[in-house]
This record gives sequence, structure tokens and C-alpha cells, in this order.
Amino acid sequence: MRDTPDTTEKISTGRRHFARGVAALGGLAIAPGVFLYHTAGAKPDDQAVSSQQRWGMLVNTNSCHEECDACVTACNEENGVWSLGRPETDAQWIRKLNVRDRQTGHVTSMPMMCQHCEHPPCVDVCPTRASFRREDGIVLVNKHTCIGCRYCMMACPYKARSFIHEPLEDQLPHSPRGKGCVESCTLCVHKVDRGDNTTACAEACAEEGHDALLFGDLNDPESEISKRLEKYGGTQIRADLGLNTGVRYQGI
Amino acid sequence: MFGTVAGGPENIPPPKGNYDEDTLCVEPVEIMRRQHFEYILDHRDLTVIEGIRTKKHSLIGCIDCHITPNDEGVYARYSQETHFCASCHQFAAVSIDCFQCHADRPEEAIRKAIGPDQRARRPAQELLETLQFSTAVFTK
Repeated sequence: MRDTPDTTEKISTGRRHFARGVAALGGLAIAPGVFLYHTAGAKPDDQAVSSQQRWGMLVNTNSCHEECDACVTACNEENGVWSLGRPETDAQWIRKLNVRDRQTGHVTSMPMMCQHCEHPPCVDVCPTRASFRREDGIVLVNKHTCIGCRYCMMACPYKARSFIHEPLEDQLPHSPRGKGCVESCTLCVHKVDRGDNTTACAEACAEEGHDALLFGDLNDPESEISKRLEKYGGTQIRADLGLNTGVRYQGI
Repeated sequence: MFGTVAGGPENIPPPKGNYDEDTLCVEPVEIMRRQHFEYILDHRDLTVIEGIRTKKHSLIGCIDCHITPNDEGVYARYSQETHFCASCHQFAAVSIDCFQCHADRPEEAIRKAIGPDQRARRPAQELLETLQFSTAVFTK
């Protein structure tokens, strides 16, 4: 059985591995053989996730429609994020932002969710280490250790997290949620682990024919997301904070 | 040793089947009765933190096999004594928090309970935000 100090050490080791992995993002070569790992399909169930992947998302705001919220609906249905009829306190894993430039009147529409930072402020402030970044770059809340203090919600520059204020029922098996915990976008971690190589929001966006969301491995130079980012670039929202977000935007 | 049959209700729907040809459950039944929570506790950290998704000791696996519909096709909730877990926990006076967050029934039962029109329960449109910014919103 694994004791707690061992587990936490595991996480902090992962951070260093992760930092090394990200160095490859700049176009540098990683250690030989690492690229060979990038094969399509699911990892074996008994294998831990590794920093050889860094999952991320590319949002093309030029393809994102102002009136469309298919990604939000798909996320809610996939993860069982039902409304309790109280919008002020309803959980929100992904939301649509329409940003209007006063000067030109141009409206940019985009989804906003957890940006899965390399240096997540939510992880920095968490007093119980419940907020953590998985080796493959997905930022999660370990609800077994979350005490609901909501420091992470205050620390997050993206307003990405929600607190559950009241008892829930009918949670879905792959998405446990409950009163007293903070939660946010998991980058559909259950789908990623299954090898779907996409998220509910990206699937829904593609179904709508908008294709504004692209999920993929930022560490794999052969992945579609890496190729597009290399060719066209992608903006980080609040890049000045130096968080190295896993979600990148085009057209803003 | 206590068991689900010793003092609990008798009308608990039986599990789907044996784990494999030779074994009833994922571990010997006597061990599962006493120590199932240790397996689950161990497995939860592996799953949440390391992304290890083996089925053998996963809570979803327990629920999928053990929680089956009764003759009327109804799945018991944890709050009912005919729920497999509750039947023993109530008898042994054990309080657990697992099902405050985790699904106490298989996914098909929950989807059925929610009903076909899930959209009725989605957040209201007002959640769409429209912000107005002057030009320099995003810093490159």
C-alpha cells in the first residue's frame, strides 16, 4: 500500500520530468526514443500516465460561432454537470465568452475553461495538495483530499473552477462530484485514458461543423495540434503570467 | 463473520456473475467482506493521481457487477437497504461517504433515471457571458 508522502513525492518528481518534456515544445529534440512512444491508441490500463505526453487544446476563435454553445452542452452531458436551476452557484466547467472590441465592434467568441497550465496557480496555493497536475499535464482536483477551501478558485486567473454548494445526485460513474469540493474541466480525463484522443467539447464542435476545438498531444511533433501550433502559432490568455497554458487560442 | 445474508434484508438482487470461472469475486469473499475498502482506497490514488485504470479493484467495477435491477427492473440506491453495499453497512452500522460523490448504480441505471431529455437539466442560457473590453485584453 502506498502511503501519503510517497504519493506526494511522486507528484513533485513528475513536475521536473514535465518541465523537461516541455523543453521539447520549443522545437528541441528530446531524448532519442521518446518520439517512438507517440503511437495512436490507448495506453495500457495498468500503466501510469507519463510526461512524454502533454495534452492540450487549440481553440480557433475564427471558427467559433457567437451563438453556439454545443461545447458547453456536450461537456455538461458527458460529465453529468447538471444545473440545479440556480445559475449563481451551478457548476461550470466550460463557458462561452463573447468579447467585443469597443473600437471596431468585432466580436470574438471562444470557450473558456481550465487552461491546464504547466505552472498552475491553483496547485501552488492548495493547502492539501488536492489540486494537482498529472504527469501528462492535465490539472485535476483530487476530491478525496479537497477540503473545499476555495483558495484555488481565487488563484485561478481564468475563473475556471466551481465549488459545489449542495448535495448532488445522479452523478455519472466516470465523473464523481459532490458537495464541498471544487471542480473544473478535466480535459475529459476518462476519455483520454481510454484512448479516445478527443474531448466531449471538441467532438461536439466538430459535429456542429465548426471544428474550432482541437485536442492533442503538445509533446508529439507529429500531432495535428503541434503541427498547427508550429505553423500558425497560438496565443496564451494572460501569457504575461508565465503559466505556459495547455490551452492555446488562435484569432485573439 | 457478518455478511449480507446474516442479518440484512434477503431480497438483494444477486451480482451479475462470478469474476471469472474459478473465483466468485476479485478476491476471496472472506477477504472482500473484511477488507474491500482497503483495495478501493489503494486503487483510488493510483487512478486519480497516476491514471491507472485497471478494472479489478475499481469502484465502478464493484458497482457494475454487484448492483443489479430487481424483478421490476429497478436499481436500488445506496439510501435503500436493498442496495448491495447498504445492506451490509446498515447491518454493521458503518457510515461511508463514497456515494456522496460516486455513482451508486451502473451508468445505464443513472442515464435511465435522468431520462432521455438531459438537456432539460443543463445550465441556463444566461450563463453565456458577453464581455466588453477595450482593445488590449489579451497580452501576447
